[in-house]
Amino acid sequence: MALDFKELEKKLRETFGASVLDWTEFRGQPCLHVKRESIVKVLTFLRDDAKFEMFTDLTCVDTLRLPDEMQPKYAERFTVVYHITSLEHGARLRIKTYVPEDPAEVDTVSSVYLGANWAEREAFDMFGVNFKGHRDLRRILMPENYEGHPLRKDYPLKGRGERDNFPKYTEIPEA
Amino acid sequence: MSETPQTPALPGQADKSGSGGYITTKIEELVNWGRRNALWPMPFGTACCAIEMMATLSSRYDLARFGAEVIRFSPRQSDLMIVSGRISIKMMPVLIEIYNQMPEPKWCISMGACASSGGVFDTYTLIQGVDQFIPVDVYIPGCPPRPESLIDAVMLIRERIKRGERQTKLYDRTKHPLDFQPVNLVSDAVAGAPQLTGTRLSLPGKDAAQNG
Repeated sequence: MALDFKELEKKLRETFGASVLDWTEFRGQPCLHVKRESIVKVLTFLRDDAKFEMFTDLTCVDTLRLPDEMQPKYAERFTVVYHITSLEHGARLRIKTYVPEDPAEVDTVSSVYLGANWAEREAFDMFGVNFKGHRDLRRILMPENYEGHPLRKDYPLKGRGERDNFPKYTEIPEA
Repeated sequence: MSETPQTPALPGQADKSGSGGYITTKIEELVNWGRRNALWPMPFGTACCAIEMMATLSSRYDLARFGAEVIRFSPRQSDLMIVSGRISIKMMPVLIEIYNQMPEPKWCISMGACASSGGVFDTYTLIQGVDQFIPVDVYIPGCPPRPESLIDAVMLIRERIKRGERQTKLYDRTKHPLDFQPVNLVSDAVAGAPQLTGTRLSLPGKDAAQNG
């Protein structure tokens, strides 16, 4: 049973009003743009009412150095992108929400989709986006004592000296 | 009947009786002979170089010809560390720990560009050469090196053992720099506050548009 995305868009706009910023389609892939304040409500609605029961992925985009013409329409510095799948309808949906630079905060959706837990930790580790309400927002890829968020566009590729400033390894002199 | 012909005497045996069959050597050379013909590698394979290492160990290239086929996944039983692949700063403490656990004497091969120099990964997370931390005997160039290169490296290690050379050093476990202690990897001078300036970094075209 194919999902009628026109119907879904209408229903979303009715339910959430101005929280739904836009509905776009790129090469047949629908994308919903929502305000970050209502991301939890929208995803809960999509999970329960629209039967998007599977969380596929969560990622983040830093649009810091994009030229103007490539900037997203509702640009804040970060775009958090959610991908969800409906096994019942055989449909996929992309949801984008826009997060400012300071404070880079958005509500966690790990309470809605359990699969978002580690994905949010990764986005936090790499981009420094703080997912409010996350139960265990620790680094997942970088070492625990690492500083900074390396996938931010203003983070130098060669780092800020992490790999060069190791204390020297101490040799035991031979007795 | 004539007397049974005597076996020709070995050097140094002329005045001795018996059937012969011994040689004299130094105990160290005998031990080194044993060591170089029974190298047991500890594979530290983290990337595509490890695939070439597997090819070297399997039947086509057959590292077993040189007595080095017994891959030991326990460092306690191995004496040749093969670092094959890129090592991140999160992985480095593990590598040093395993290296320290290997019994003396031990040798180390840094296999491929990434282990030797960081390779193309000149990035924030990658160690630029494991020789900053552990002593390396032989470096293998290549990305990844062919199995012949690894065999050549093992040959060089065998030469080193034959000559009685050793590069192993003892390291102070208690002053281990990369233990997971709450130390700042970044020095204070470069760390600073998070870079949240609130302004976008400028682009040439964009600045001209704003000023013009």
